[in-house]
Amino acid sequence: MTQLWDFTGGIHPAENKQQSTSRPIRTAGLPERLVLPLQQHIGDPAEPLVKVGERVLKGQKIADVSVGMGVPVHAPTSGVIESIAELPVPHPSGMNDWCITLKPDGEDQWREQHPVSDYRSLDRETVLGIIHEAGISGMGGAGFPTDIKLRPPKDRKVDTLILNGAECEPYITADDMTMREKAGEVVAGLKVMAWILRPERCVIGIEDNKPQAIEAMQKACEGTQIEIAVIPTKYPSGGEKQLIRVLTGQEVPSAGIPADIGVMCQNIGTAVAVSRAVFDDSPLISRIVTITGEAVREPGNFEVLIGTPIDYLLEQANLESSKVNRLVLGGPMMGYTLTTTAVPVTKTTNCVIAATAAELPAPPPEQPCIRCGQCAEVCPMELLPQQLFWYSKSGEFEKAEHLNLFDCIECGACSYVCPSSIPLVQYYRYAKGEIRVQRAEQIKADRARERFEARQARLEREQQEKEQRRKERAKAAAEAQAKKQAEAEKAAEAGEAVDERAAKAALVQQALERKKAKTAKASPEASAQTNTSEEKPDIEALEKQLEQAKSKLDNMQGMLDDAKAQQADNVDKLERAVAKNHDRVQRAEQALADARKALAGTTESQTSD
Amino acid sequence: MALVQQSSPHAHNARPTSRVMLWVIIAALPGLLAQTVFFGWGNLINVVWCIVVALASEAAFLKLRGKPVAFFLKDNTAAVTGLLLGLSLPQFAPWWVSTIAVITAIIIAKQLYGGLGSNPFNPAMVGYALVLISFPVAMTTNWAEAAMLFQGAPGFGETLARIFSGSQTAIDGWTMATPLDEYKHKIGSHTAAEVLNHPTFGEGIARGWEWVNAAFLAGGLLLVFLRIITWHIPAGFLGGLVVMSLAFGANPDQYAPLSLHLLAGGTMLGAFFIATDPVSAATSHHGKLIYGAGIGVLIYVIRSWGNYPDAVAFGVLLMNFAVPFIDYYTPPRAYGHHKARRGLPGKNQG
Repeated sequence: MTQLWDFTGGIHPAENKQQSTSRPIRTAGLPERLVLPLQQHIGDPAEPLVKVGERVLKGQKIADVSVGMGVPVHAPTSGVIESIAELPVPHPSGMNDWCITLKPDGEDQWREQHPVSDYRSLDRETVLGIIHEAGISGMGGAGFPTDIKLRPPKDRKVDTLILNGAECEPYITADDMTMREKAGEVVAGLKVMAWILRPERCVIGIEDNKPQAIEAMQKACEGTQIEIAVIPTKYPSGGEKQLIRVLTGQEVPSAGIPADIGVMCQNIGTAVAVSRAVFDDSPLISRIVTITGEAVREPGNFEVLIGTPIDYLLEQANLESSKVNRLVLGGPMMGYTLTTTAVPVTKTTNCVIAATAAELPAPPPEQPCIRCGQCAEVCPMELLPQQLFWYSKSGEFEKAEHLNLFDCIECGACSYVCPSSIPLVQYYRYAKGEIRVQRAEQIKADRARERFEARQARLEREQQEKEQRRKERAKAAAEAQAKKQAEAEKAAEAGEAVDERAAKAALVQQALERKKAKTAKASPEASAQTNTSEEKPDIEALEKQLEQAKSKLDNMQGMLDDAKAQQADNVDKLERAVAKNHDRVQRAEQALADARKALAGTTESQTSD
Repeated sequence: MALVQQSSPHAHNARPTSRVMLWVIIAALPGLLAQTVFFGWGNLINVVWCIVVALASEAAFLKLRGKPVAFFLKDNTAAVTGLLLGLSLPQFAPWWVSTIAVITAIIIAKQLYGGLGSNPFNPAMVGYALVLISFPVAMTTNWAEAAMLFQGAPGFGETLARIFSGSQTAIDGWTMATPLDEYKHKIGSHTAAEVLNHPTFGEGIARGWEWVNAAFLAGGLLLVFLRIITWHIPAGFLGGLVVMSLAFGANPDQYAPLSLHLLAGGTMLGAFFIATDPVSAATSHHGKLIYGAGIGVLIYVIRSWGNYPDAVAFGVLLMNFAVPFIDYYTPPRAYGHHKARRGLPGKNQG
């Protein structure tokens, strides 16, 4: 019997799991179109490797990540690439993102496959490469690329590998049904991961409300060292940090990762995907999704191709569209609402709840917080939700952060029990967002300040250097003067003073004349003396100058307008700049006009000549 | 298919504030029943009157503030404030005393601070303290003699007349100093045995009072059982009182004995119903223990060395002052942290 620990807090929401466990896993089939978002996980988006109109085979890589953290995307079936465009993707904001749309040809023709029969004969890097190339990212939460996760930091040894079969969220049964029906694949995948990590302990945590899954897994693990830990049903026991606490008694350090305490958690679906990648050379092109809620007549679990539109899937479960009030992607505690059914299933989609208004009713209006502390009683992170709420609402983010706002896992237990019906999690998300924005702005401001200070320092240095040079020149001049004086005195003594002075005067005269000539050449008034061929480029240059000045003025004007619209505090400065540029344009125009006049004069004088 | 957009969680199963408050009212009923049985109709009349005034003043002020009246009245918090005052005031307290106490509680202590959830002080105790200081005679001479309801004591009509018209007839003989008051003022010149001979103490510990306290204790334990309150504040409260009593009051010829501290006066009502007002109490478990213990200690100090025979109101209000301070220094250790982050941001980052 595995020793278990308890985590603080937690709640027991209505499970609502039996609706979707009464039927075996069904195959969703082939929809008319598959929409494959290029970014299906945290990290960097993949770049398309195919062109519109190209035919692709099932399992063919159609997008890959060249730089940064990510995994490739594969064609879930054979067909033709119809478009690469921005389409609605599953996201709380309801945003669009780049997707490859594939029109299946119905042949379901595989690319060449090279299954590995004995992965133990390969080296670990090769197997990790297979996992990466199969496009596997965590299938439970944020979708962290699995191959990267399986490479813990060099100084961290994973002693305990946990397979998270807790599935504590109400309604969701994807992992439950996977364990019941695909226990062999789950264990095979887990073994591959265990072989890579070489942990001392390998344990599958399953909540005690899944007796059939427990039985199936126990059977599949017979004769292995894998432990099956049956843990008490309590939300959120499937939260990574809570499950680690329950199974090991240890806590993941704040802002750290489980590997810091020698633990790693993997998802049931991920284990299946790893097994298929290694033993079947089948990349991650399908997953199990729970379709449930009172608005579908035949709730259950489906094996779904990645990219299948949700509306197609809802039809498979026999949706009564008139009854749907709220469409939740994920569970009722942490999932988010969809505003359209036109979004595709991605690698992280585990559940869709088509709920009626009576099933998930709108919460009553928010009342004032009476600090009853029910939220603190249920918080699995042992925070003070009522204080975090208070500081988030009043904008005292520093205090909220001090009370460990960023340790909040947004499990929703506090909102679930709040007698005043306060959407607490939403306040925390708001506060976190504000703090992130503030931090980004702080970094920007710091950089601007550094740049400014560097520039000030440079200008000062240049000024000093100039001053230094001037002083040196003055000194040199004074020395030269003194020398000359001495010489002159010498000469005077020699009686040649008068001649010397005359020669000097002649030299000065010469210099003055040279200077005059130079000025005359440069000024347009004097152009009459030079010929036109020399003059033309000058006008061009002036035109160019005018053009530049004008565009600069336009720029300035635009910036000023923007600044005015935003009521920025640099409006004054910009206004001055615009006036200055305006003058500049005028001067340039004047200069150009003068030059043209002078040119005309020259031409005239030439023709008259 | 019009889809609702809502932030998670989508499932809720809360016990609404109104029901929480209703449970508080229900849990107080055994105490009220005991009061009525042992001290006559006074408390019941006070409770009804105080609730009526509380609801009326809350409604009037909500209207002035332009707030939805029905929405806030339905949360039952004003009713609880009225109830607590009705249970605490002397049985024959004149109607204008209770009216002033309730209006002060609702309007000054609660609404002027921003209404429900924003008051730093326990509203009922602000009202109580105000009338206790302002009308000391009315607040000390109107306590009913115990165990009179079934012994030809003043009936409902007479009590009503006494409270609302100030009629003195037939009632004067039925008022008596409270046991704590009696003990406090006599022990200086008498031995404990002599003091305890006074009829206010009766055969047991404090005639009638012991049963009233027992009933409030039972109601309070119900609230703990229902998880409407946690055990921390009452435990701290009673613990503080017991420790002080054992440390300083071992000699009954000098100070009131522990039994009297626990079972006379407003001890159990204070520990389970008044000090546990969540709005004005400390937040964390650790903080609640300190907050409760502070009240217990202060009550003992004021009862033993202060001018007032009982001190729940002052103890609670003084600790209300300390709540922000307590909260800053008693946050729990969060998951994944070595120690709690005490104090203000920027210091002691742990």
